[in-house]
Amino acid sequence: MRKKKHISAVDIRSFSKGPNIFFNILLAILALSCVLPFFFIIVLSLTKESDITTYGYQFWPKHWTFASYEYLGRMGGQVLESFGVSIFVTVIGTLMNSLFSSTYAYAISRRDFAFARFFTIFALVSMLFTPGMVPTYLVVTQMLGLKDNVWALILPACFGVYNVLIMRTFFKTSIPEAILESARVDGAGEIKIFTDIVVPMAIPGIATISLFTCLSYWNDWFNAMLYMTNTKMIPLQYLLVQISNNIQYMSQTISAGGSALAAGQTLPSEGMRFAIVVVATLPIALTYPFFQKYFVKGMTIGGVKG
Amino acid sequence: MVKKKKSFWQKLKDNRVYLLLVAPGTLFLIIFFYIPVLANVVAFQNFQYSDQGFIYSLFHSPWVGFQNFEFFFKSADFWIVLRNTLGYNLAFLFLNFFFAIFFGIVMSQLRNRKLLKVYQTSMLFPYFLSWAVLAFFIYAFLSPDKGIINHIIQSMGGKPIDFYNTPSVWPGLLIFLGVWKGIGYNSILYFATAMGINPEYYEAAMIDGANKWEQIKNVTLPAILPVATLMLILNIGGIFRSDFGLFYLIPRNSGTLINVSQTFDTYIYRALTTTNDIGMSTAAGLLQSVVGMLLIIITNMIVRKKQPDAALF
Repeated sequence: MRKKKHISAVDIRSFSKGPNIFFNILLAILALSCVLPFFFIIVLSLTKESDITTYGYQFWPKHWTFASYEYLGRMGGQVLESFGVSIFVTVIGTLMNSLFSSTYAYAISRRDFAFARFFTIFALVSMLFTPGMVPTYLVVTQMLGLKDNVWALILPACFGVYNVLIMRTFFKTSIPEAILESARVDGAGEIKIFTDIVVPMAIPGIATISLFTCLSYWNDWFNAMLYMTNTKMIPLQYLLVQISNNIQYMSQTISAGGSALAAGQTLPSEGMRFAIVVVATLPIALTYPFFQKYFVKGMTIGGVKG
Repeated sequence: MVKKKKSFWQKLKDNRVYLLLVAPGTLFLIIFFYIPVLANVVAFQNFQYSDQGFIYSLFHSPWVGFQNFEFFFKSADFWIVLRNTLGYNLAFLFLNFFFAIFFGIVMSQLRNRKLLKVYQTSMLFPYFLSWAVLAFFIYAFLSPDKGIINHIIQSMGGKPIDFYNTPSVWPGLLIFLGVWKGIGYNSILYFATAMGINPEYYEAAMIDGANKWEQIKNVTLPAILPVATLMLILNIGGIFRSDFGLFYLIPRNSGTLINVSQTFDTYIYRALTTTNDIGMSTAAGLLQSVVGMLLIIITNMIVRKKQPDAALF
């Protein structure tokens, strides 16, 4: 009896000592390589400009400085504007997506909704087929007329079928029919039941899909590249893409014998570029440890089975 | 419970609250899924913009049959695009599968739970960074004059490599980066599945004298199989798709690297934005979608015959 108690679930499943050390080292190296990018970029943003020019990119520079950030604070008109666009798009988009996806999921999860099956299939079909980049582009620019409009960054992602599936599973498994039934007996209307009972109970699920959505809005540069071609209202991520393209463009002109200034482009200094990368990544890095566990939950409870 | 057959309108009225709840999503699906799907007809047209609106142009552009497809198939780009997309995706399919299962199982067997949390949290991090951000990090390594790798090469007396003009290093590099970015995310599912296995199975296997490898082979892997199959179906449908950022941003749009970095998605984007060839780029996209759908349906059919529990639908 005593012996049996000693063998816990962890022990049974675990490696013996030798392999355990080996795999720990392997995972530690891999894990290190995964957080390295961010630390490296922070270091580069704090490196003195002349160090980068003389020694190239280094993990540990000779001179540290906050100059890039100070410069960014004073001169960063476009960076500030882009930061604002990113925040606006992320907040509004996430609110819309979580609201629309949850209400849709709630309706199709109810057994007394006569058209539940129709609307389930109506949404699921979209997982099987992708409409394609060009037809979507034509609809957004030609039909909706959203070229160079900030809503072109929000609307194409303001509802997610994958989120609907996660929420549907959530509603089906974690909100007992009996509670809703008793509320109905007490005379609560359907809308009141949804706002007062269902939503508070669904907070963990809503948090999960909001985080997924929030990140994909924050990280999106593709829609901006497609739709925001003649405007300064671009999100941070796309600003980074533009800077990156300009560097490439200029290094090509230089190697082709042209002068960098002839290109007529103003390019932020090396340190400043990395400071912008840090600004674009910091919100994720700061909140990441907190929301990381929701992703794991969302992936494992949500499931994808239709 | 005897239900009277209600009229359709009565049914709509009875369900009005639910219909209100699905309304925004329905509208979204119509505008951003069903209409674009129908708009794929421009693949068979010589699409012409008109000032009377998109729907008008859609109905009044001249039909050209399969000409756009022919044009795409006959272009030199087609084989490069097909080779790259399939090649990279097969590599990803196989390597992601292998490493995700490998690390999922390894993590489920580690002794120290706290260290495990640290590893998992770190490994998931790149998944949350965009390629736009990672492009800068990668450039810091590969930059021809300031990059860390060339710095090391030079300090050891070697000749620096102009990475962004050296196509031969890119297939391996792109595959490595793709697997690296997704490994934390991909392995979670298998980790969770392996953790969910009842410890009694391991106990029984140990009593039968099974060593670690035999336990993994006979207990862990069979338990992971249904999840793995489901992921396989989902991923096979994407075999004609590619991670746009990886193939577009990481090679920095370098002309010399086009041959090794051009995939369906980057090709479609470039055809749309540089030559504005709407018909042909839609045709390429339609091909991508149709093949993807067929692959999902076929794989699912096969899986449903062999392993009904693991089928998607």
